[in-house]
Amino acid sequence: MLEIKNLTKQYNENVIFKSLNLTVNDGEVLSVVGPSGIGKTTLIKIMAGLETANDGEIILNGNPINTNGESSDVNIGMIFQDFNLFPNYTVIENITLAPVNVSKQPKSEAIKQAKELLDSLGMLEKADLYPYQLSGGQKQRAAIARALAMNPQILAYDEPTSGLDEASTHQVTEVVKALKERGVTQVIITHDQPFAEAVSDRMFDFATEVQR
Amino acid sequence: MSYLITIIPSLMSGLKTTLGVFFLTIIGSVPLGILVSLGMKSPYFTIRWLINGYIWIMRGTPLLLQLIFIYYGLGMMGITFPRFESAIIAFIINYAAYLAEIFRGGLQSVPRGQYDAAKVLGFSKIQTFFKIVLPQVIKIVVPSFGNEVINLVKDTSLVYVIGLGDILRAGNIAASRDVTLTPYLLVGVMYLIMTAIVTLLLRRSETVLNTWR
Ligand SMILES: Nc1ncnc2c1ncn2[C@@H]1O[C@H](COP(=O)(O)OP(=O)(O)OP(=O)(O)O)[C@@H](O)[C@H]1O
Ligand SMILES: [Mg+2]
Repeated sequence: MLEIKNLTKQYNENVIFKSLNLTVNDGEVLSVVGPSGIGKTTLIKIMAGLETANDGEIILNGNPINTNGESSDVNIGMIFQDFNLFPNYTVIENITLAPVNVSKQPKSEAIKQAKELLDSLGMLEKADLYPYQLSGGQKQRAAIARALAMNPQILAYDEPTSGLDEASTHQVTEVVKALKERGVTQVIITHDQPFAEAVSDRMFDFATEVQR
Repeated sequence: MSYLITIIPSLMSGLKTTLGVFFLTIIGSVPLGILVSLGMKSPYFTIRWLINGYIWIMRGTPLLLQLIFIYYGLGMMGITFPRFESAIIAFIINYAAYLAEIFRGGLQSVPRGQYDAAKVLGFSKIQTFFKIVLPQVIKIVVPSFGNEVINLVKDTSLVYVIGLGDILRAGNIAASRDVTLTPYLLVGVMYLIMTAIVTLLLRRSETVLNTWR
């Protein structure tokens, strides 16, 4: 369970949100919606350890996580809006790089796991391509595989369907549902109403539920 | 032909000096340049200020003058280095300044998102630098780095001013002793061969680096 308690974020004098409270249950798919510029990306960046919170805390399964922006908790994975795949590595290397270098997994084991992940995402035949050789939807799935390879308890997505066509959006929908089956907790920022309705158990609307 | 054979030994010993200056400069200025470029992003004002001053001086004055200053100027102040060491010091600190500017440009062109992705995956700062950032910087800087290396091949000839026996000096001596331009022609050909080799190696590495974009 992820508990966000009284979280406050401001950039200098500009208050983005104040005393934000939000609980995400295990295995839940939560959509985060709200108008542009309201602070959705900022919230998941704080969760992922990329931004500092000014006040409040985030508790994952009873343990507070670092919100000073200094380090990231590998239990929280993140899929960036523009994927941020590493251009100098192939798809499979993108996926195995962290398990091998951060989790110190044996390389053969990491490769085996990466192939299983790619297979489950319908991406196995793209394993040896570089990111620039992928379509938007394929990049999205490569980024999901890369995050999943670290076995995060929570996966946060920043607008995973923006810029994707209908077919790719459908594939992402299927991926989110499949991960839900496997019990992965997912937090999805999105502007895409049909997509949000198709995948989420619950919606969190910044515009109505957050003080500023 | 037989004349060529008589001057080749002295040109070869000059070539040794030229190549020595060339390789030692590369070995020294690349890591120093990387360090300096990282220092430009330092949170400490003093460090950035010192580095900016250093780069301003190195790029704003001729290498020839820097060479003279380090060998004769420091010598007059009681800090003496042998000729060859003076040349190496001058070349390394001069080239490191140019390379630092190139590396800084390369570092800036790696998007913030690459650091974010690495951090979320748990990479340390050092792993992020060596495994993710540096390869991308290398790809970006290879063309301008290559230009500097070709400049360096030719710049090595400046060491004549402090009396080092490089290839140009060897040619010079032979030409004035034997009253002929032939040694100069030969020296020109040798520079051309060196720059051709560098160009070829650069093309190769650009091809290798083009497997990804
Ligand atoms: N580094 C920063 N410095 C100052 N202000 C910032 C910074 N990053 C974001 N902001 C401000 O914080 C606010 C929230 O930004 P955020 O990116 O979280 O919005 P968002 O809800 O994700 O919007 P969108 O739907 O357009 O992606 C914006 O007004 C933005 O200008
Ligand atoms: Mg956003």
